[in-house]
Amino acid sequence: MPEQFIFGIEVFLNGLMAGVLYALVALGFVLIYKASGIFNYAQGVMALFAAMTLVGIMDGQVPFSHLINAIFGTDVHHFGWHLPGLVGILLTMLVMIALALIVQKVIFKHLVGQEPIILFMATIGLAYFMEGLGDLMWGADIKKLNVGLPQGINIWIDETTYNIFDYGFFIDNLDIVATIIAVILVAVLVAFSQYTKQGRAMRAVADDHQAALSVGVSLNFIWIMVWSVAGFVALVAGVVWGTKSGVQFSLSLIALKALPVLMLGGFTSIPGAIVGGLIIGVGEKLFEFAIGPLIGGATENWFAYVLALIFLVFRPQGLFGEKIIERV
Amino acid sequence: MFYREAGDFKTSYVDDNQTFPIKFDRYRYYFVLFIAFAIIPLMINSYWVKAIFLPFLIYSIAAIGLNILVGYCGQVSLGTGGFMAVGAYAVYKLMTAFPEINILFHVLIAGGITSIVGVLFGLPSLRIKGFYLAVATLAAQFFLVWLFNRVPWFYNYSASGQISAPERTIFGIAVTGPNTQSWATYMFCLVFLTFCAIIARNLTRGAVGRKWMAIRDMDIAAEIIGVNPLSAKMTAFAVSSFFIGIAGALFFAVYLGAVEVGEVFGINKSFLVLFMIIIGGLGSIFGSFAGAAFLVLLPVFLKNFLVGALGWPTDLAAHLEFMIVGGLIVVFLIAEPHGLAQLWRVAKEKLRLWPFPY
Repeated sequence: MPEQFIFGIEVFLNGLMAGVLYALVALGFVLIYKASGIFNYAQGVMALFAAMTLVGIMDGQVPFSHLINAIFGTDVHHFGWHLPGLVGILLTMLVMIALALIVQKVIFKHLVGQEPIILFMATIGLAYFMEGLGDLMWGADIKKLNVGLPQGINIWIDETTYNIFDYGFFIDNLDIVATIIAVILVAVLVAFSQYTKQGRAMRAVADDHQAALSVGVSLNFIWIMVWSVAGFVALVAGVVWGTKSGVQFSLSLIALKALPVLMLGGFTSIPGAIVGGLIIGVGEKLFEFAIGPLIGGATENWFAYVLALIFLVFRPQGLFGEKIIERV
Repeated sequence: MFYREAGDFKTSYVDDNQTFPIKFDRYRYYFVLFIAFAIIPLMINSYWVKAIFLPFLIYSIAAIGLNILVGYCGQVSLGTGGFMAVGAYAVYKLMTAFPEINILFHVLIAGGITSIVGVLFGLPSLRIKGFYLAVATLAAQFFLVWLFNRVPWFYNYSASGQISAPERTIFGIAVTGPNTQSWATYMFCLVFLTFCAIIARNLTRGAVGRKWMAIRDMDIAAEIIGVNPLSAKMTAFAVSSFFIGIAGALFFAVYLGAVEVGEVFGINKSFLVLFMIIIGGLGSIFGSFAGAAFLVLLPVFLKNFLVGALGWPTDLAAHLEFMIVGGLIVVFLIAEPHGLAQLWRVAKEKLRLWPFPY
């Protein structure tokens, strides 16, 4: 078998894995957009914030220690405990729920009925705020996150493929775990929205705010719940990405990676986010592999956007988006 | 009392159609122009120009440009940073390729080139609407920045990958390069700003502007009453990108002097200009000025206050600045979603009656 072809397969597989990670971020966007019509730019920063909080709680950092030290001239840094990953994740989840509550009560309650662009700008303001808050609480340095997810090359795949092709595929254990996590997450989300009372209420709100209100669904509660669920998705994304590349500012930029995924899949579709993520992941890796070297490399920055743009010209609502019906 | 039509009789159509029909407004306008052209250049030093006036003037041009697209035509764009980069690199290539031509023309041609690029990236707007379009314009942002980073022809094969402005003069006075005087750079940008603002104001009052607003309010209805969406949207993209290109050219050539594209014209620049027009007021020329002034002054003020007055470490102040800017934006959107321009409108209504209650 030609070598290029085998490389191609490896790139393809890695692209699939990367796509799963993009889809994880995109899921959070879709949830909020469906339920409240808010295009939440802060999703990436939420992932960063969740990961930072997780590291901070696990290491027993004192929040705002930098600020406290600057004002009172003290020198406090750590509480001096180390928590296991699971406890940390649970505590972080509580923080994310509190955050959802605050976001709903303080910001979006007052913005009901505003233009979508105003809501969008509010989430950008929120993103700036949380970025500053995260740095202020936990410090801006790059942190290592380790909650016990396996990392490094998967030996079994390496050996098996070596026996077949004479060339061992490099596939990271973390990517495989991330894929499994993503599948479980989607299954849980689907089950939640199909079979639980709250899930049904959530879908009702997504369908029609006023009709949902008139049959007694509390919009306020649903929106807090949706932001909490999105916070949970952000936490999962933050854990996976944070383990992969460290908890640092660039983590918040994965939101920008998720946007073309959304365009491709449609803003309102959970399967769309998954399929879009896979297409983008595979597409950009293959493009970088095949054409990137010819035109100067680093095409991953824009390829996804251009692909989505070209695609949208032919299908303006994305792959799985609801059909746009315009009335005058 | 101050702000009223009474007693201001119009005897010709020209009088009736002028830009500022109310006397008070007209005098205020002449007064502001007088201050800006005759008083400020005599009083400023290089700190004021570098920290406040140049960014304010240049961002105002960009904000007017974006306001035409977003506020008047309703097409949300997140590609402003990329289009400013086109203006900057266009003026750089022109300045180095044709040094004998006056820089005034270089800046204008750079605007023209940007408007062609803008139309190109605006074409999908005929099919894509709303947030899909906003995200689609991000394609322009990332692609253009990547292009200027990776293709050496654009930065004349310089080793650092940066572009830096050579010295150019107008009437023998340097306006770009290291040996400029602050009042010269100020005047140069001010002339462009005045020229752009007058054009924008008159375009939005005329037939073109009305077509844009019809498209903004409901594009299908506009099409039915005979507005051609193709030409309306494309002119909006062209005019908007023209202004943004001029802003980018001035930002590079006059304000910064040397530019690394990813840092200066990144996506944050797009958001910054969008914030300006939202805080200032969508669909208002005055709002573009107000928003630009607000977002230029705020960080300067915060830095002086936190670092200068309270003596906090700079990194802490930077984090707090992020929080405060973000928080203020949210507060602002909650308190006044129509921006500073709306406050101005309310103030005008009050001034009209003051000091009487009715």
